[in-house]
Amino acid sequence: MGNVLKIILQRLALGLLTLLIVSIVIFVAVNLLPGDFAQSILGQGATPEAVASIRADLGLDQPPVTRYFQWLGGVLQGDLGTSFAQANFASFTGTDSGATTVAQQIAPRFANTMFLAMVTAAIAVPFSIILGVLAALCRNTVFDRATNIFTLSSISSPEFFLAYILILFLAVLNPIFPSLSNIFEGMAFGERLEKSMLPALTLTLVVTAHMMRMTRAAIINLLASPYIEMARLKGLSPMRVIVKHALPNALAPIINVIALNLAYLITGVVVVEVVFVYPGIGQLFVDSVKIRDIPVVQACCLIFATAFILLNLTADIMSILSNPRLRHPK
Amino acid sequence: MILWVAIALVGMAALAWVFRFAGQSVTGNAPKFRDMPYGVAFGYVLGAVVLLWLIWAYTQGHSSELAIANKFFFLRIAIEGFILFAIAAWVFRILGRNVGTAWSKKMFRSMPLTASFGILTIIIYAIFAIFAGAIAPYGQEQIIPGVAANIVPGGDPALGGDPAFYFGTDQIGRDILSRLIYGAQNTVGIAFATTLLAFLIGGTLGFLAATLGGWLDQVLSRMVDVLMAIPSLIFALLLMTIASVWAPQLGIPLTAFMVIIIAVIDSTRVYRLARAVGQNIVVMDYIEAAKLRGEGLGYLVFREILPNATAPLLAEFGLRFCFVFLTIAALSFLGVGIQPPLADWGTMVRDLGGFVNYAQFAPLAATAPLLAAGAIALLTVAVNFVVDWMLHKSSGLKE
Amino acid sequence: MSDQPLVKMRDVWLEGRSDEVWNPIINGVDLTLQRGEVLGLIGESGAGKSTLGLAAMGYTRDGVRISKGSVEFDGIDLLTASAAVKRELLGKRIAYVAQSAAASFNPAHKLMDQHVEGPVQHGVMSRAKSEADGIELYRKLRLPNPDEIGFRYPHQVSGGQLQRCMTAMAMSCRPDLIIFDEPTTALDVTTQIEVLASIRDIVEQFDTAAIYITHDLAVVAQMADTIKVLLKGDEVETADTRTMLAAPTQDYTKSLWAVRSFERPLKPAVKTGAVPVVSVQSVDASYGTVPVLHDVSFDMHEGRTVAVVGESGSGKSTTARCITGLLPPTAGQILVDGQVMPADYRKRSKDQLRQVQMIYQMADTALNPRMSVGQIIARPVQFYLGLTGAEKRRKVDHLLEQIELEPTQYYHRLPSELSGGQKQRIGIARALAAEPKFIICDEVTSALDQLVAEGILRLLARLQDELSLSYMFITHDLATVRAIADEVVVMKDGRVVEQGPKEDMFKPPHHAYTDLLLSSVPEMNPDWLTNLLNERGVDNIGDAAADKM
Repeated sequence: MGNVLKIILQRLALGLLTLLIVSIVIFVAVNLLPGDFAQSILGQGATPEAVASIRADLGLDQPPVTRYFQWLGGVLQGDLGTSFAQANFASFTGTDSGATTVAQQIAPRFANTMFLAMVTAAIAVPFSIILGVLAALCRNTVFDRATNIFTLSSISSPEFFLAYILILFLAVLNPIFPSLSNIFEGMAFGERLEKSMLPALTLTLVVTAHMMRMTRAAIINLLASPYIEMARLKGLSPMRVIVKHALPNALAPIINVIALNLAYLITGVVVVEVVFVYPGIGQLFVDSVKIRDIPVVQACCLIFATAFILLNLTADIMSILSNPRLRHPK
Repeated sequence: MILWVAIALVGMAALAWVFRFAGQSVTGNAPKFRDMPYGVAFGYVLGAVVLLWLIWAYTQGHSSELAIANKFFFLRIAIEGFILFAIAAWVFRILGRNVGTAWSKKMFRSMPLTASFGILTIIIYAIFAIFAGAIAPYGQEQIIPGVAANIVPGGDPALGGDPAFYFGTDQIGRDILSRLIYGAQNTVGIAFATTLLAFLIGGTLGFLAATLGGWLDQVLSRMVDVLMAIPSLIFALLLMTIASVWAPQLGIPLTAFMVIIIAVIDSTRVYRLARAVGQNIVVMDYIEAAKLRGEGLGYLVFREILPNATAPLLAEFGLRFCFVFLTIAALSFLGVGIQPPLADWGTMVRDLGGFVNYAQFAPLAATAPLLAAGAIALLTVAVNFVVDWMLHKSSGLKE
Repeated sequence: MSDQPLVKMRDVWLEGRSDEVWNPIINGVDLTLQRGEVLGLIGESGAGKSTLGLAAMGYTRDGVRISKGSVEFDGIDLLTASAAVKRELLGKRIAYVAQSAAASFNPAHKLMDQHVEGPVQHGVMSRAKSEADGIELYRKLRLPNPDEIGFRYPHQVSGGQLQRCMTAMAMSCRPDLIIFDEPTTALDVTTQIEVLASIRDIVEQFDTAAIYITHDLAVVAQMADTIKVLLKGDEVETADTRTMLAAPTQDYTKSLWAVRSFERPLKPAVKTGAVPVVSVQSVDASYGTVPVLHDVSFDMHEGRTVAVVGESGSGKSTTARCITGLLPPTAGQILVDGQVMPADYRKRSKDQLRQVQMIYQMADTALNPRMSVGQIIARPVQFYLGLTGAEKRRKVDHLLEQIELEPTQYYHRLPSELSGGQKQRIGIARALAAEPKFIICDEVTSALDQLVAEGILRLLARLQDELSLSYMFITHDLATVRAIADEVVVMKDGRVVEQGPKEDMFKPPHHAYTDLLLSSVPEMNPDWLTNLLNERGVDNIGDAAADKM
């Protein structure tokens, strides 16, 4: 067991290191911006005093290395900085509206996005694994070929195409779900679920296709291994071959598939939230990109990257844990 | 609603049992029915029910009652489109089997219908992209004087169309058909160029890392690890934000920045593959033989490694192209990709997307954004079908 | 016991699917097996012996089908039986032992859990009873620690032991028939003995019928009562083992037997004081920090062949890597013609590189699949000798003639259009193209069928006489050593255990390890295994082997 623990700790350390480097990359990227933020926020006609006041307000007069560590220190304490859009407003009015920090802006939206991701995962994971196993078992049949065409098509389609198709059929032609996801705080769970249904289904379509294909490939790969043939030649029932011999070994690849695709969700969520005007972190990100609200963009980027790294790390660790060779060393 | 679904499921379950039982008694307990698991029987029944429903829905699409016809309009189009494409692919495959060199004939003989559909589609797109200027009736930026904005597609004046603009006009009166055709040139062309650039960067570095190994491999691989730890669309959006500030200051079009940014981000994936493929080849004895002969790096990479890496790289090129194409479409859809007035499918979907909500009353109006989005989907589906076939072929009998 | 045969296959035709076409694998073979009989099924690769063996169980792999014929097991027609009936037979009355035990045990379960699965699922025994029986079987198969070995995971047990555990698992329901599919092919010779002996004992003890599939004649001679020879899906002949060995009737069988008789005449001893072509002088080498070679020294002289012999992991190939410069030694040096060579191949001059050429084990990976035969051979001709145009072409044609391939016919072919033996010949031509004095042959015949291998050995011998080449011949097969070597170097664990002229090496007395190695190589005599076991002491061959080291 000590061996496994050591490997896991190594992976964790590596993950943390990656995260740190990623934060540097993001910070450096943002600091590649030309000129002066304060200047560009206020426009050409700004007085030098106003520019200086905003610079001081945002800490832009510090050298970059100091700013990086200030930012990183803040992030570690949950302080993601001050939104430019809000700071701008505060500097002019001289009042603090109370919702100026990026963290305050992001928190509720982050919760919304997590909700959407979880609904999607709850539908997609069982659905795609069952479909994947079925397709692997019935490979080269009509069912397998039909699902192959269907999944390839939905992987290939841009998310907004799938979204509009779903809106067309499930919201406009057959009004089952609302096409706009105007979610707000304090909404009842059922209503929230209903409003999140179309974005969740869109994401499900994309993720299921990926997950199903990968599960199918993993299972087919597994079924071709000599020990499965051996199990069959021992006269075991097909059910027992699958449950006892295939599944324990399929665990690692399937966990990997799930984690990879949940990570994929992170990218998909951006476009889907925009289509459905879902108040999540993806939409905030796109809006901030458009108005160049750097601290928000920076924070969202970091959150997305963290989620991405954590999911991959989880997959890594889970597959180490499910490997009998590592669990039972010689 | 839930009750109806439950009843339907139970009904089908019973039907499946009957189906298997009938099969067993009619064929005298032939192995096919005797050893058929219940799940398979259920699958057959489910498939039959879905097929019957599709046929019913298709007839509804031709209903004389406008409300019902409208409701099933899109399904009807989809089914007709599906059948049309299938026939076209089939004809194309027959053509391929009988015309051309011995090599291409042999290739077509073992080709599934999906792949021939893919190849046909790619050829059509390529023609449209290359000859867009000659095919399109109007210019992509041309606002035709005296023509109304938002003409409904279909060309039927009774429904708000105009025969001169069969696919209608957009919100400022540009011909949608022309913009769709130019979109092939812009969107596909830019995606193609980006993919090429990504392959140039990632492929070169990947093969170098595989061949030379050592510290170069270590440094490059760690850098790629870090870049790949940031979700690509997110990273692209971040860099595009920065580029959008730089672009006007430097006087370089934002689209050029986009090509470079996406190419660099995507080259990390190409690097990984090229390195893996390269490493598989480098351990081969013929590479060792060449090394021991005293061959230089250039000979090793270009004469020994590259020719053996073409098949996986070609397949990867297809996949990468799809990915780049979808990323660009997504960026454009979000408003930070290909910039107007260039015609681009992603931007068109964003601009015309609202029309989907009129589908119930004016289905034709809703087709405009779907056409643009469908044009993206069709190409990526086509490329994916071809790549799937290529991968299947190269993996041999493993499956 | 009824006199009905246990297995009755009549006019069985098998087909395999590739590129959407069904190609024949087995063409109308009959097979009859009585209770308690052991049938040896032998043939070269591609003869269809494994497919036929599986078909005897009524089983075909994916992409294979039985197109015609009948397969009966104890009167039950396996081809028309329902899936449930077949499942009842498999494992319980018919068992299977696969080639690779490491891949055929499920890595997620302990050996014992897999052992008892058959008996418990088929309702033959309770779990506790089956476990006790398993331990008993492990003991009978002379496995070390029979009481606890079953409670390990497959990856915790060595290959030879795993193979015996699988035999125990096959025995768990006391089947009437066991199919052994090349069970010792992946093992070293010294391990092979143990497995062979234990398989033979247990099959005899329980009077189990068996079909023993192998490509190794000497092995099958020890195991089988009857031998059936297959060639490309057709039956060549079937006969009682002793009859078959003594008097084969068919030409193909005779030629198989004859392969082992190829032996080149002895050469006069090397003149004292002659400068060796290549001299390995107290070379140490390591992979990373793991030392793999310790003080390896030997000389190779002009026109002579030095066979380097040893089991896998003994350091034979590593020595070759040191000579070529791929792995610079940590100590010692390599001399070519009395000149010290730079340790790293990158520091050697073109001419130094030219002098040492190599022929590889796997001809498939040794030839660039994207280059034609002409290009492959022409490259060193141009690179080293600077020939171009018609001169180059003439040289390549000459080389092709030397390796007995018609130039006009083969010049433009790709490696994929050649047979295994032809590919190996191209590898030889590529080495010759550099006009070297010294060629390293790394297991060049071990991937080839016996007849083809013999052709390659004869070609190499002829070329040596014509061009007075010096060979370093790496091999684990002592029959090959007998055929081609002038001198022998025996290696074990990175050290040279013994070296000397061939005629001395095959005569006792020698080093204990050499003895073990030599005596473990199966001979065509059907009594060889019995005699050997008697000699070593039946009960503990493993320990006996260990003692001798």
